[in-house]
Amino acid sequence: MSKASIESSSFANIQARFTNRPVRLSVEGLAKSYGSGESRVEVIEDLSFEVHAGEIACIVGPSGVGKTTLLKCLAGLHPLTAGSAAIDGRTIQGPPAEMALVFQDYSRSLMPWLTARQNIRLPLRHLKLGTTEEASRLDEALEVVGLAHAGSKYPWQLSGGMQQRVAIARALAYRPEVLVMDEPFASVDAQTRFELEDLCLQIRQDYDMTIVVVTHDIDEAVYLSDQIVVIGQKPAIVTEILPVSFPEPRSQFSTRALPAFAEARTHVLQLIQQAR
Amino acid sequence: MRVLLATDTTSNKRQRGIPRRALHICLEIGVPIVLLAAWFISSQRSSNPFFPPLAEILNRFHELWLFDHLHSDVVPSMSNLVLGFAIAVLLGVIGGVLLALMRPIAWLADPLIHFWRAVPPVALVPIFVATLGYGNETRLVSIVVAAVFPTLIATVDGLRSVDSGLRDVGRAYNLTFSERLLVVNLPAASPMIMAGVQISLQSAFVVMIASEMMGTSTGIGAMTLLAQQSYASADMWAGILLLGTIGYAANALFEMARARILSWYFKAQKQGAAS
Repeated sequence: MSKASIESSSFANIQARFTNRPVRLSVEGLAKSYGSGESRVEVIEDLSFEVHAGEIACIVGPSGVGKTTLLKCLAGLHPLTAGSAAIDGRTIQGPPAEMALVFQDYSRSLMPWLTARQNIRLPLRHLKLGTTEEASRLDEALEVVGLAHAGSKYPWQLSGGMQQRVAIARALAYRPEVLVMDEPFASVDAQTRFELEDLCLQIRQDYDMTIVVVTHDIDEAVYLSDQIVVIGQKPAIVTEILPVSFPEPRSQFSTRALPAFAEARTHVLQLIQQAR
Repeated sequence: MRVLLATDTTSNKRQRGIPRRALHICLEIGVPIVLLAAWFISSQRSSNPFFPPLAEILNRFHELWLFDHLHSDVVPSMSNLVLGFAIAVLLGVIGGVLLALMRPIAWLADPLIHFWRAVPPVALVPIFVATLGYGNETRLVSIVVAAVFPTLIATVDGLRSVDSGLRDVGRAYNLTFSERLLVVNLPAASPMIMAGVQISLQSAFVVMIASEMMGTSTGIGAMTLLAQQSYASADMWAGILLLGTIGYAANALFEMARARILSWYFKAQKQGAAS
């Protein structure tokens, strides 16, 4: 097993790239259970990890391990049972203003009675940006996701991939420090998934955003990540935190063809198999 | 490429859709005309006092409603209907929002609401006659009380069943309370609310007529009942024809308004069914 070699080689790189930057998102001893008494279900036992500014972290684990629960805790939608999560050192209590969310199911995250542009504008309304600033953010967000022509379309007039782009544009226009995505590309076709993964890398590059992606797709995690947080067991714990480093910029062709890519993927796959 | 394909299929559909819609309109207008013609011809030589010839009924219709009693009877009925319905919808939506927001109160109110809903609207009229007398307020209050429940219940149900995904979006992006209510929850509930509003309209219409059949002498319902009691069959039929026409027109207007308000919903459903 070449686990050691991956870790040692990429760890040096990651230290160069991110550890000199501040910790943006920190999770410490996070635990979450539902219900109480006899019917109490412990979903997450103990999770700790850190994501530095500008880093992309993927959280992977077998299905049903509590990835979405973790994400909802990070988004302030569920209260924690124990431990803490913080952005820039400030404990997350309720949905943080510095965070934007992209949900897995785009059909349940876009308002069908609003056009793409109105959907993107929705979270900006209470920011009271002023008309010009708001319009320029909307134009830019639509442009970045390649939907400049589709602003007046309703979600149901768009394909699944385009709808997810609208959801991403909505998050972008909000200009969050941390972008959190819950299996964002799970329900689009393979071609669109590649495009959206590259869009994700592009966004990090252009906006210096910190991005946390929950995914069950190991290839996707390896391709996107600077850091993979593998979680497993029931209730969930961190199985391993794996730094990932490839020559930048990454590309769907060359990066995926690297021997190190295959190694990392095999390693993560084994971890997940063991964690079951 | 996909976009092109999508627009192609919709335009194909539209091309097939136009004649179909025209046929629909033809049937909508044609069938009543055919039925009226059949009635007209078959009743031409009727000597049955309860089923006078349609020609006579139409004649009375013309004399009574165009426009002798228009101001004295049709206008009061219609204004009661419109006003009562409007108040009921407003109260129903506001009350529904409040009940949906305050769960404990909703639990307390639930049995009461469902009790009142279970009482046929017409049966409420005597209560108001007894408490408020025979004035116009009685009629208006009866209409409001009968029509408020369908909208109220539909609003509560609609707001409770808003998709949790949409709720999460509202919360995650820190939308304000009024944004969540007006831009997320009410639009999401609007298809259900509109279904309730349609039932409210029907109830309002029924109770408008019923309230005029008790103790009052003005209104279309009163005129029709009076005609029946004085064996003026043609007048009675003329009243029924007018009521039917008004009911039909009210529903048609409502359907038009709903198609406008919920156009996103119907189009999204069509799109969902097509793909």
